[in-house]
Amino acid sequence: MKGRRIRVLIAKPGLDGHDRGAKIVARSLRDAGMEVIYSGLRQTPEQIVKASIQEDVDAIGISLLSGAHMHLFSRILELLADEGAEDILIFGGGIIPDQDIPQLKAAGVKEIFQPGTHTDDIVQFLRNHVTPIDSEKGEHSL
Amino acid sequence: MNPSKPAKLPSHQAYLPEDIALDYQSDLGEPGEFPYTRGVYPTMYRGRPWTMRQFAGHGTAEETNRRFRFLLDQGQTGLSVAFDLPTLMGLDSDNPLSVGEVGKCGVAIDSLHDMEALFQGIDLARVSTSMTINAPAAVLLAMYVVVAEKQGLALDRIRGTLQNDILKEYIAQKEWIYPPEPSMRLIVDTIEFCSRHLPQYNSISISGYHIREAGSTAVQELAFTLRDGIEYVEACLLRGMSVDDFAPRLSFFFNSHNNFFEEIAKFRSARRLWARVMKDRFCAKDERSWMCRFHTQTAGCSLTMQQPENNIVRTALQALAAVIGGTNSLHTNALDEAWALPTESSAALALRTQQILAHESGITETVDPIGGSYYVEALTNRVEVASCDYIDRIDAMGGMVAAIERGYPQREVQEASFQQQRQVEKQESIIVGVNQFTEESDVPMETLQIGREVEEGQIKALARLKSKRSTSHVRSVLSNLKRDASSNQNLMPPLIEAVRSEATVGEISEALKDVFGIYQEPLS
Repeated sequence: MKGRRIRVLIAKPGLDGHDRGAKIVARSLRDAGMEVIYSGLRQTPEQIVKASIQEDVDAIGISLLSGAHMHLFSRILELLADEGAEDILIFGGGIIPDQDIPQLKAAGVKEIFQPGTHTDDIVQFLRNHVTPIDSEKGEHSL
Repeated sequence: MNPSKPAKLPSHQAYLPEDIALDYQSDLGEPGEFPYTRGVYPTMYRGRPWTMRQFAGHGTAEETNRRFRFLLDQGQTGLSVAFDLPTLMGLDSDNPLSVGEVGKCGVAIDSLHDMEALFQGIDLARVSTSMTINAPAAVLLAMYVVVAEKQGLALDRIRGTLQNDILKEYIAQKEWIYPPEPSMRLIVDTIEFCSRHLPQYNSISISGYHIREAGSTAVQELAFTLRDGIEYVEACLLRGMSVDDFAPRLSFFFNSHNNFFEEIAKFRSARRLWARVMKDRFCAKDERSWMCRFHTQTAGCSLTMQQPENNIVRTALQALAAVIGGTNSLHTNALDEAWALPTESSAALALRTQQILAHESGITETVDPIGGSYYVEALTNRVEVASCDYIDRIDAMGGMVAAIERGYPQREVQEASFQQQRQVEKQESIIVGVNQFTEESDVPMETLQIGREVEEGQIKALARLKSKRSTSHVRSVLSNLKRDASSNQNLMPPLIEAVRSEATVGEISEALKDVFGIYQEPLS
């Protein structure tokens, strides 16, 4: 059976238009051999969760610089739980102060990458934490 | 078209007289004379220092009013309003899309009442106000005009600047509402209105700041900004205005980034290039039309979360470049802005940085102190030539709107930002505390917190407003606004009427969306 590549949705929720970081991360993951879908700007949590299920992604990377991270991350996690899609790994990045990180992690965000992160660290993180599952066959691919 | 590979301008070991092909009169000129390479005024800071204008806004109008008064008490000389994202997108605080965003990265303004509270106790005759607002700029200008009127201020005494530049939103910052054509019409409406009624007001701030923050090079920042300026001038001429009626009130906004001499060269070549464009391309006769007057902000994207005190040093150097480059006003970033919006004490320290430059360093004693430096003059020439090359390319595409529609400037900036990231990751470009000279540190940084009560308060205030005002009157002014939006009427008068009727930013923007539609980003 042919191995499946890691599939990632890079998402920009909320009203924030700053997409420099999201686009750099998307391109770096693609260069590392992953399949990357970029949501485009100003997607609602509902749209992001729907896209992640339709596209059968292994992980969602959420980029936010507007200060609305507490609300928007939590809402995406809630909706994923409603859909029974908690197996999708959530990570994020942007202008997110240290003191908010414990609460985000407790809510189910696996990792927060702050400014200054090397893109190789994000690639490595996904390789360490994601095992692509072929959902149609329900088997782990190699 | 493939994006060009952004290259750093190469440097010689040392610069010699033969490296600068210059004719003093035509390429530099005296300060205050065409082409203004050495400064737009003969005396520059010997007359008075630049305007110290710190961008500020968070939470409610009342909280931001307190910050404004604090900054004025500390010696700040101009105001600059940061609006929250719902306001920038033309959404009220009670819109479902605004949840979690109200008051977060700027002040929440829903109605005239918020705008009045924002300037409560501040005499608008004595202070100039810059508003970074873009897509809904015409609405917020209408609010400012009404607040000034209520203070008893005649329109011709209103001073300030409207960041009313949608083209750089499509290119870089991406807070847009309407498609390019109606957006350009709204901008021309505001420029036309200001040229008739607000002679002391800068009707647009054509901004490269955000293009640079999105990752462009210095040359791209300058070239795209000036090409945006050309697009606005052409649109005003098409309206039938004559160039000298509006061009003296066009203003600019640039970034001051880390490469000290390249930034100084960029500011100097901005003035020279714009003067030549206005005189040669648009045949402007009034010398004020030739002047590129600009605000500068130090580079937010250069700030690091690691070792945040280093940001004070970075900001001071960037501010020094802006001042040597002859900026007319300046914002210095605070050390904590890679974490959150600045606290009161970090905002005060950022202002102190400017005051030290202005009053202790001696750099205000002479105009263009670095003019004649072989290196800086050679760089100034090179930045100008490289920018003209971009401007020619965009002309060949049919102008900036056409270039944006095919994604050209967006791709150029994206490519440059990706290359910069690669350089940092390969350590070809050093960032102290990030990819070299790092330290393990968990000193907690105290940051500004904005609670949910801001959103709740705005929502309650909106409900109160809607129950008290005359619904039928609001309905009728909004329907007039839509009628005028479908015609060729200047929209400022009906917008002022709408604001007076206590229609909200969201309601007004919604009415215009019905007529204008909304922008869809081209896929890139």
